[in-house]
Amino acid sequence: MSFFTEFPAMERAELRDLKKGIDSSFKEFSRSWGESIEAFFDPLFYFLVNFEKLLLATPWPIIILIIAALSYVGSRSWKLALGAAVSFMLIGYLGMWKNTMSTVALISVATLICIALGIPIGIAMSRSDRLQAMITPVLDIMQTIPIFVYLLPVVMLLGIGKVPGLIAVCVYAMPPIVRLTNLGLRLVDKEILEAADAFGSNYRQRLFSVQLPLALPNIFAGVNQTIMMALAMVVIASMIGVKGLGVPVLQSIQNQYLALGLMNGLAIVALAIIFDRVSQQYGKRLQRHREGGNDE
Amino acid sequence: MSDFKIEIKNLYKIFGPNDKNMVEMVANGMGKQELLDQHKHVLGLRDVNIGISANSINVIMGLSGSGKSTLIRHINRLIEPTVGEIIVDGDDVLAMDPDRIRDFRRFEASMVFQKFGLMPHRTVMENCMYGLNIQGVESAEAEKRAKHWLNRVGLSGFEDRFPAQLSGGMQQRVGLARALATDADILLMDEAFSALDPLIRADMQGILLDLQNELHKTIVFITHDLDEALRIGDAIAILRDGELIQKGTPQSIVLKPANDYVADFTKDVNRARVLTLSTLSHDSGAKEGLPLDSELSIEEAMQEMIVSDQNLVTVMKEGKSIGQVSLNDMVAAIAKPKTTQTGASNAYR
Repeated sequence: MSFFTEFPAMERAELRDLKKGIDSSFKEFSRSWGESIEAFFDPLFYFLVNFEKLLLATPWPIIILIIAALSYVGSRSWKLALGAAVSFMLIGYLGMWKNTMSTVALISVATLICIALGIPIGIAMSRSDRLQAMITPVLDIMQTIPIFVYLLPVVMLLGIGKVPGLIAVCVYAMPPIVRLTNLGLRLVDKEILEAADAFGSNYRQRLFSVQLPLALPNIFAGVNQTIMMALAMVVIASMIGVKGLGVPVLQSIQNQYLALGLMNGLAIVALAIIFDRVSQQYGKRLQRHREGGNDE
Repeated sequence: MSDFKIEIKNLYKIFGPNDKNMVEMVANGMGKQELLDQHKHVLGLRDVNIGISANSINVIMGLSGSGKSTLIRHINRLIEPTVGEIIVDGDDVLAMDPDRIRDFRRFEASMVFQKFGLMPHRTVMENCMYGLNIQGVESAEAEKRAKHWLNRVGLSGFEDRFPAQLSGGMQQRVGLARALATDADILLMDEAFSALDPLIRADMQGILLDLQNELHKTIVFITHDLDEALRIGDAIAILRDGELIQKGTPQSIVLKPANDYVADFTKDVNRARVLTLSTLSHDSGAKEGLPLDSELSIEEAMQEMIVSDQNLVTVMKEGKSIGQVSLNDMVAAIAKPKTTQTGASNAYR
């Protein structure tokens, strides 16, 4: 009665063949298509490289000024702007300027890609329940599958370097913005949508003049989450050759350099806090109209 | 061509996946409860036929669940009917393609909502301009028109506020201004004043009547409040469980309720305010009384009679006498009917 005590698994030889088959066919695929796929991502590569070069070539005081100015524009808070400037100076003083610029470049480009792809996908999902049912499990997979599992095929296809790192970051960081765009659009008050319809709005007018503005706080929460998750991927991206603050952290793990790990880790945290606070404050300002206050 | 601006013919609405197949059963007399129990479909409207005259306020009244909000949404097709026709100016709304229906909503029928339906992220001015933006009116012109209408509803100076900063009554004035700004002939008002407290509601009714005196729109007004219906309605239709049970002038509804249900509704009405001299006027002989206009309510007539110490009125219409009404007639007419069958009314007609 071994049927009940031992799971009736596939024959070992068959299983091995199956795995081998998948492996070899993927290798085949990457051999024949790898170059053209790489070529497809070339523009992205150049954009990222040039953005990073630009950040590194710009004199540091200007970068700090720009960062302080952006923080102020986003949050309208002098404190936050000052805090951002001081953090960056400290980071520079402790010798992490170059790596920080690389990381900022990566995060910025990754966030832009996630927004550019995620918001339209979220809009499409909000329109159709079928599409939502199809995309939701994909998003679940993107968020929960162990990162190394999809890192491997990406590396097999594109090799080691910036682009595969960027793709890995985007895969992990995109779900929140898609989800929250979809959610935000679906949560818009039905009565207001009915009013928009009753005045004869077509789909585009309704989307741009009513739905998106009212969903903006949620969409912004999604952008915020996306930035945070992208930052969380910095160390892992460094494993496949992405320069930045992740590299020294990885070195410190391998060689037990406590101080190195701590400093670079804290630099990542500083970036995260600045990005988070600025984007949150900006998101809050978008909902000014929600403040009631009957001042008759 | 019919005399009506909007004509609703044989309109059925049944909610459920298989609604078309249910129509025949409903037409053959299946009730709302039966339909729900046996076929899991909800009866919204059953064979509704109403003609809505131009340039007047047409009230559709009913309690919650009577289908009144469903009915008004058929006129601009926010809800698709199961079967039926809705003819507006000779065009069947239900046969319009999506582009045509959008134009219909943009230019021919605008709407005011119970919960205002204002856009919280737009200022009062931007809300008021919404319909004009959708029409494609150039923005300086739209702003001019919106300003005019905001002014008309008494909201000058509030243009840059957000809706959340206004009281309910003021928000609904924005809703009204927004609907008027599109210059549509038809104004659909779905329980527009029901969410307001009584004083503000009376105020808004006054504003609406003033505007109507000047604009002569075709207004379809939904309400559950009989006093409101009687005050503003030129014609009233009463819905119950998706069925039209009576339509007529406010006076005919009060004087001749079609059944106990309507009678029950009307029994607490201030009849002195609803009934006019013309309804009571009858030719009782040559005796001359105080000449008063036939459109005056009994309440107003009584005030005049007290001032001039008379107890007989000669009812005047366009300068001619059409009959008399005595003080006794008036008292009898406004006394609450003893039973739900208003026997008293027969004596006067």
